[in-house]
Amino acid sequence: MTTPMTGLDTLPLFTNLSHTQRAAVAGVSRIETYEAGTRLFDEGGLADQCWVVQTGCVTVDTVVPQRGRVAVQSIGPGELLGWSWLVPPYRWHFGATVVSPTRAVVVDTAALRQLAGEDPALGYQLSLVLLEALLNRLQATRIRLLDLYRNPS
Amino acid sequence: MTWVPTPYRVATRTVETHDSATLALRPVAESLPAFRPGQFAMLYAHGVGEVPISVSAIPGDGTLVHTVRSVGAVSRALHDAAPGTVIGVRGPFGTAWRLDDVEDLLVVAGGIGLAPLRPVLAHPSKRTVFIAGARTPQDLLYTAELSHLSGVDTVLTVDHGDHDWNGRIGFVTEPLASIPLDPDRTTALLCGPEPMMRFCARTLLGRGVPAERIQVSLERNMQCGIGLCGHCQLGPLLLCRSGPVVGYPVAEPLLLTREL
Amino acid sequence: MNVVLGLDGLDALVGVLREEGHVVIGPVLRDDAITLAELSSAADLPSGWGVETGPGHYRVREREDAAVFGHSAGPQSWKRFLHPPRRTLVSSDSTGFHAARDDTPDYAFLGVRPCDLAAIAKLRQIVASKLPFVVAAQCTEPGEVCFCTSMGCGPGAGDGYDIALTERLDADGHRFLATPGTEAGAAVLDRLPGRVATKQDVALAEQDVATAARRMGRALPEVDLRDLLAANRDSAHWEAVAQRCLTCGNCTMVCPTCFCVSVEDTTDLDGNAERAERWASCFEIDFSHLHGGAVRTSGAARYRQWMTHKLGTWHDQFGTSGCVGCGRCIAWCPAGIDITEEAAALSQTTEHGGERR
Repeated sequence: MTTPMTGLDTLPLFTNLSHTQRAAVAGVSRIETYEAGTRLFDEGGLADQCWVVQTGCVTVDTVVPQRGRVAVQSIGPGELLGWSWLVPPYRWHFGATVVSPTRAVVVDTAALRQLAGEDPALGYQLSLVLLEALLNRLQATRIRLLDLYRNPS
Repeated sequence: MTWVPTPYRVATRTVETHDSATLALRPVAESLPAFRPGQFAMLYAHGVGEVPISVSAIPGDGTLVHTVRSVGAVSRALHDAAPGTVIGVRGPFGTAWRLDDVEDLLVVAGGIGLAPLRPVLAHPSKRTVFIAGARTPQDLLYTAELSHLSGVDTVLTVDHGDHDWNGRIGFVTEPLASIPLDPDRTTALLCGPEPMMRFCARTLLGRGVPAERIQVSLERNMQCGIGLCGHCQLGPLLLCRSGPVVGYPVAEPLLLTREL
Repeated sequence: MNVVLGLDGLDALVGVLREEGHVVIGPVLRDDAITLAELSSAADLPSGWGVETGPGHYRVREREDAAVFGHSAGPQSWKRFLHPPRRTLVSSDSTGFHAARDDTPDYAFLGVRPCDLAAIAKLRQIVASKLPFVVAAQCTEPGEVCFCTSMGCGPGAGDGYDIALTERLDADGHRFLATPGTEAGAAVLDRLPGRVATKQDVALAEQDVATAARRMGRALPEVDLRDLLAANRDSAHWEAVAQRCLTCGNCTMVCPTCFCVSVEDTTDLDGNAERAERWASCFEIDFSHLHGGAVRTSGAARYRQWMTHKLGTWHDQFGTSGCVGCGRCIAWCPAGIDITEEAAALSQTTEHGGERR
């Protein structure tokens, strides 16, 4: 099932794509819904898609000895899940689990990459979209490193 | 007489987190004028000292409600105050959240910064989006109440989750960057650690919310509450009377100056 | 009506003010400095003593004449009477909270120099103390660190005095032109032995003050200081000052307008508690303490706070500058830091100097 355009039009993430460009992305995407507890991918697996969460929540985790599976980040409405498809070795660095009923746009990243290769203007805009999302994530993660809410006493 | 506190008695004490408690104070005899959301009182713990604490609820019956986080000698004494304890109160002091002409309200709180914003959430205007961050799920304030706010889109997020936490893990700027909002209708109220407010304000500017419709609540050492002691200066402001709530166009250059 | 008083008239002035119930405070020589203390007669005034000042320098010197007001600002100011170094605010016990009794005496200040007269007005915007009876002494002999002309605070007395005196010693003797500023001042003058002032007396006094205005030891740069400081929050110059500044806080203690206080709590074994304010300084680390630590830890930030408040943000808070140009902060700085030089240095390194943005 391809993504209805309304699904992409309302996402701040894609604000800077033209209508045609959004349609192109929609052409390589589908909508999926997931039950809480669904495992989306595991660390080390082949990274060949990414998700834009529309509703619900997914957590990104990794396994730490003695602590089990530790969630380090959640992905909520409007946010992008999955980056490892962008760079070698195209394997997931973390795992991901759905924690509340979730509806997401699932993008076929091989097809997306091909689209971007054929249309450099789209490729450029997509790079900016990804970069902005990544930058938000990076900056938020850096702020979390500050442990701002700790009790100073 | 402005230095003389008015005696209030702790009516109830509610433990919020491992280091924060909410005190409901009833006047022993005379009561102080009504507080507005965002304003603060100077709370005096007998023989220990006085600290500025925002009102965290305004029940409207003359009860003063303050959530106190134990971070020093005075706040520890207040935090530990058992029902019946007499607390000295001066106030109301400072500026309130400006809520006139608000269309869509966006409330972003970090840590104990949620306390001064809670009175705003209790009476949501039109469309209200509320994002709160905390260190861990156990550090989230008012959890029972917050999960049942009617007419408010609520996002709670923590820096570090645990196995029982099914909410969000991340910093408040992440939902802030992706929630649907209409920048032309949004009034944003931010309260939390200074870096958190700076990052949130910048995220909002990036989304097209005008600086004029972003308000932040600032904090400095306060001793008199009435512009006489000099401790709360931040550039041209005496925060006890020109603050704590300050418009972002005024606050931004001050927040970007180191050690101001 | 202007009158001319002799030393006997000055002494009578002290007497009348004491009779009226005032505690009369004026300059006296003590501990090799001109300090402020209660006067029992005009004989207590530092007749024949002048001062020599410079950056980090203050010495009393013997004058060649017997002038009683021939000295510039000393280590103390009238602040210590209007805004005492320590003051109890409130006490609390099992019966409740009690305001401290205001036992401020009914002061009369005698020999208030115009810079300090301006300082009293600024201080009264912040400290609600009883209005003292003020006898100003116009300045005819500025010191080396004085720059009241730059601040518009002298050497002639501005508003706020009950009586203004202008001292003169010449072939015609040692005398004081006395000008009433209020009805209370005029009423006091009526009771003193003296003669009606002539046009010549007034002209000489005006001339002496005008001459003093041209003999200021220092000046602030003629730019909008409020803009200059607001534009220079990030200036590298603050670090340069911090290399010399000891952050001792002397400048704030001697400043006649620095008003900041910290509140301290004390308790006794019976469970009674007291809250008192004491003079504080923005140079103290704890001054900007917030849970977790101080906001202004570097010397550069603390000096910037002091100077920016004094010359710049005071305008935002009180509609006026916080500086009167008395020069005390220069004389009593152990490192000899000179606020006029630092302002000039900032002004030279900024493109905003001289113009309002």
